[in-house]
Amino acid sequence: MTAPPTLRLARADLDALLDAVRADGWTVLGPTVREEAIVYDRVDRAADLPAGWTDVQAPGRYRLERRADEALFGYAVGPHSWKRALHPADVRLWRASRTADGFAVDDAPPAAERTAFLGVRACELAAIAIQDRVLLDGPYPDPIYRARREATLLIAVQCGTAGGTCFCASMNTGPGVTGGADLTLTELLEPAHAFVVEVGSPRGAAIVARLASPPPPATEPERAAAGAVVARTAASMGRTLDDPARVPAALQETYDHPRWDDVAQRCLTCANCTMVCPTCFCTQVSDTTDLTGDHAERWRRWDSCFTLEFTHVHGGSVRQTARSRYRQWLTHKLSTWHDQFGTSGCVGCGRCITWCPVGIDITEEVRALLAPAAPAPGGAQ
Amino acid sequence: MALAPDPMLPRRARVLASRQDTRDTWTLELELDGAAPLPFAPGQFNMLWPFGVGEAPISICGDPAEPARIVHTVRAVGAVSQAIAAAAPGAVLGLRGPFGHGWPTVQAIGHDVLIVAGGIGLAPLRPVILELLAHRGQYGRAALLYGARTPADALYGHELDAWRARGLQVLTTVDVADRAWTGAVGVVTRLIPRAEVDPARTVAMVCGPDVMMRFTAQELTARGFPAARVHLSLERNMRCAVALCGHCQYGPTLLCRDGPVLTWERLRPLTSVREL
Amino acid sequence: MSEALGLEDVLREHPFTTGMRPEHLRELAGCAREVLLAAGTFPIREGDAADTFYALRDGAVAIEVHAPSGPLVVQTLHAGDVLGWSWLFPPYRSAFDARVVEPARALAFDAPCLRGKAERDHELGYALMLRMARVFTSRLAATRLQLLDLYGPRA
Repeated sequence: MTAPPTLRLARADLDALLDAVRADGWTVLGPTVREEAIVYDRVDRAADLPAGWTDVQAPGRYRLERRADEALFGYAVGPHSWKRALHPADVRLWRASRTADGFAVDDAPPAAERTAFLGVRACELAAIAIQDRVLLDGPYPDPIYRARREATLLIAVQCGTAGGTCFCASMNTGPGVTGGADLTLTELLEPAHAFVVEVGSPRGAAIVARLASPPPPATEPERAAAGAVVARTAASMGRTLDDPARVPAALQETYDHPRWDDVAQRCLTCANCTMVCPTCFCTQVSDTTDLTGDHAERWRRWDSCFTLEFTHVHGGSVRQTARSRYRQWLTHKLSTWHDQFGTSGCVGCGRCITWCPVGIDITEEVRALLAPAAPAPGGAQ
Repeated sequence: MALAPDPMLPRRARVLASRQDTRDTWTLELELDGAAPLPFAPGQFNMLWPFGVGEAPISICGDPAEPARIVHTVRAVGAVSQAIAAAAPGAVLGLRGPFGHGWPTVQAIGHDVLIVAGGIGLAPLRPVILELLAHRGQYGRAALLYGARTPADALYGHELDAWRARGLQVLTTVDVADRAWTGAVGVVTRLIPRAEVDPARTVAMVCGPDVMMRFTAQELTARGFPAARVHLSLERNMRCAVALCGHCQYGPTLLCRDGPVLTWERLRPLTSVREL
Repeated sequence: MSEALGLEDVLREHPFTTGMRPEHLRELAGCAREVLLAAGTFPIREGDAADTFYALRDGAVAIEVHAPSGPLVVQTLHAGDVLGWSWLFPPYRSAFDARVVEPARALAFDAPCLRGKAERDHELGYALMLRMARVFTSRLAATRLQLLDLYGPRA
């Protein structure tokens, strides 16, 4: 087997690449500026991309700012993640009608449009791999996710800018893309605006093969420059999760830690963190009927462990307090996810920190929970 | 463990018979289209769907040897369970299942068996009892300790004597009674010393309200029943039943996938955590 | 079966005396006699002098309280249980009825005899009180659970 080819694509040829992707039957979703944020939406031309924009992120804070250059991917990650496309927020599972022999279910198999994701970051590839694990590798794979996942082309982009809340380097999920993408782009801004393109799969190779003027191989300096982009980003990472190997087991000793009371004073249980998280997968189903009562539908919607109803059982909800709900979310992400799915539930993308209205920082909470001098609570009966 | 063929879609299950067991509890017998069998392991559950109302997880309490006759005992406590309980013969319910990891009936072969049930918790254990009695010789001594609120709230009263006659020690107790009741009065844990089993070689299966199971498991371990052989069936908010929706998480477990039956050895460290 | 056993042997086999020193067992046995409680009889009546303490060997005894609507059963006692604790404290009056549901063999202890020995020998008194305390706590724990009405409807 030959080494995967590494090519050079001029900025001006990006539209040709997008044309080739579409010509291969894919609709392209990618980053675009909408309502003062970089979100994922349909992208037809390179001009739809957020040229010259970057995002400034801090706990509870997200702002777009102009860059000094025309970088297309010069931002970190926005409020959207690809789970919106793969694991939709609102989807009808089936319809049923009353019939003479009870009811009949309309069980049309889930359809999925062939969709290319443009601008997938390393942390997002890791998040997709985690959702694959949760939604496909269990005893009952989710057919909706599977249909969409199989109809997905992944065009990754190496991160040239670390966000102010990112910590993927400590989660070992980035910033460098190390696999899992069909094509991987590294954006170079000098000496000329261009992309180093790595082909990661036969699907990716098929796209490249469609280009009318085949791109030349990247030169050694271009490849070195691409490597430097990732190294620079890794070095400028905004945050760190301390001692990640120790975290999963150690957190399970913190259930009674007073820090949970502290964070509960700040947490609004608004569920923003679960909505922006690229791995949070929880859903609820609700049944609806029309006015005749003869037609029923079952809808599946994103749910959040921050709601009181989430743990409803006969007699009440198990997790009554903000303390227990925040604790559930954090320990699930970083600890019990390992028990349940053999992987972390966190990729260090920082979205939960940025989009928390009160700026709760998961890395800071873990640091406080696992601080060596943690005071032991009393053992009252 | 049997896996549901198409886990997302409800199948038609017609009510063949309905019987009111107590003030608030009904037992339904159901049949799939064409009397298709629904093989299940004792302790597994189905998701039952009264058309358009919503779904609820209900333990299967029929005889594993008769998989075409699907039996559910339902306590009418919410909108969905009330609609299920009210389903009359001829009505059709949606059914998904069976789901979950059930009781250790196979591992219990060659052991003494102690079954401790509280309230409607006897329903998920009924298949264990029927399987045990059908293969009585394969098990050692066997006892059922059953606690209910009042004598009128006890389930399967008509069957207890038959089980006794077939080689199961049956002790019953209620929380509240007048003199007409000749059984014990008190919590079910008070029956444990009277169970004629050898703790060291017993597989124990416990089902009832959370608090009852926790105290029962503590009492059992205090009396020498090994925690690894004390099994509890937990109830949490099961929605999808296929480990995809996240609602039934209990610490490191997903109860619909890893449970609902888990050992006390595994549960003990979790039960001390509030609001887990 | 029991005919072959002396009083001390019967006492030693009862769970109440688990771990008790032989000399203490002997002292306790000196206050005890074997009795057969017939079904339907009341070994203890509310308000009566609490002069006897029972260790049940089998059968069943119901602790009852009488109410205008009729007697209510609070709890039943069985093999291995002990019956009666009002004899420990003045005014030594029984607080509940005890009705024999199933005929029971028991050891019946003369309460003044027990109190006297415990007073004279605090080592014995401590061994006795320790066991009584264990009965109280486990009975209280069981009663608390019973009060929770765990199986009842919760609004």
